[in-house]
Amino acid sequence: MRLLTHNMLSCNIKGVTNGFPLKLEADKWVTKEVDLNADFLRGIFPKIEWSALLAAARVLGFAELPEQADASMLSSDDFLRRFHHALLELHVEEGALVCPETGRKFPINKGIPNMLLHEDEV
Amino acid sequence: MVFFIIILGPRISERALELLNLPNDGVPKLLLDIGCGSGLSGETLSENGHHWIGYDISQSMLDIAVEREVEGDVLLGDMGQGLGLRPGVVDGAISISAVQWLCYADKSSHEPRMRLKAFFGSLYRCLARGARAVLQLYAENMNQSEMIMTYAMRAGFSGGVVVDWPHSSKARKEYLVLTCGPASLQTALPKGKGEDGEMCSDEDDSDDDENQTVGVYERNRPRKKLKVNKKGKSKGKQWVLKKKEQMRRKGNDVPPDSKYTARKRKAYF
Repeated sequence: MRLLTHNMLSCNIKGVTNGFPLKLEADKWVTKEVDLNADFLRGIFPKIEWSALLAAARVLGFAELPEQADASMLSSDDFLRRFHHALLELHVEEGALVCPETGRKFPINKGIPNMLLHEDEV
Repeated sequence: MVFFIIILGPRISERALELLNLPNDGVPKLLLDIGCGSGLSGETLSENGHHWIGYDISQSMLDIAVEREVEGDVLLGDMGQGLGLRPGVVDGAISISAVQWLCYADKSSHEPRMRLKAFFGSLYRCLARGARAVLQLYAENMNQSEMIMTYAMRAGFSGGVVVDWPHSSKARKEYLVLTCGPASLQTALPKGKGEDGEMCSDEDDSDDDENQTVGVYERNRPRKKLKVNKKGKSKGKQWVLKKKEQMRRKGNDVPPDSKYTARKRKAYF
């Protein structure tokens, strides 16, 4: 699971009012290089919740993202490289996503988060 | 059987992607593949340069997707529980042969209607304004089709059905094309494939015709459907008069013909 996906996921449990962001716990992660596409990064940037990306990247040991980000930074190649790396090149293989309200853990195995809700959570 | 599916797969997902009507600007989009299975349809999205998030309820299928090193992220999830995505973040969604499963109650506590509502509600919310969802379906019967359409409309979608190869029982494919937002020029649907009469016979003979119905649905204004036969003509006055005569010969009680018989009524598309 990449941090792009993590940035979009919100806890779905019945009654939870603010299930975003899910806290990231990572036991195993890898880096997989992919080509940088500036157009994609510029397009997706407005949709990214920056503080959630920042926190998740830190969990994976990547502290090169600025505390705050705004669209003017998208003209900087250096910023784009860091943004690209955090968003698309870090893959969580084993770990968990934790609901910020209930503490419920959604395990991640082989890179696949298990988001299935139990009967009483629907 | 598996071989057969692999051959058909890419063409169906290509068509679904085409129906998404994404802007042709060369910018990769973030898409959903609902019921992504082993990643066949997702590969089509990757080949076209897009990023995608896949959902499936089968761990074993997703394991295959991971083995095949698909480029999208895949999640183990039940679409009937809602997609759990933030509002307005997704540029489009496809689904190949999956959504009809929402119509079956497999667990006693999960009524199909609740699942359809959760699915379409969450899908609508996570799509950006003007984005589309294209759901290729194998609905078992009209009830299922209508139920699916009803819940899509209730969630706020406008849209309709595109049917490719309507007269071929083997090749026929139905795509539910939904747009997030009100109907507009952007939501106009293309013709289904095989609608140009290449397979039809010359005469509109009987009521055993496989009529093709084009239905366009809008959330607030249900439209009348105009029934057309294979040649694109509606069943006109001559046909009605002929039928009435047939019924009279059979001995049925048929009102007499008048100037009002089979008069043109206003038809809406």
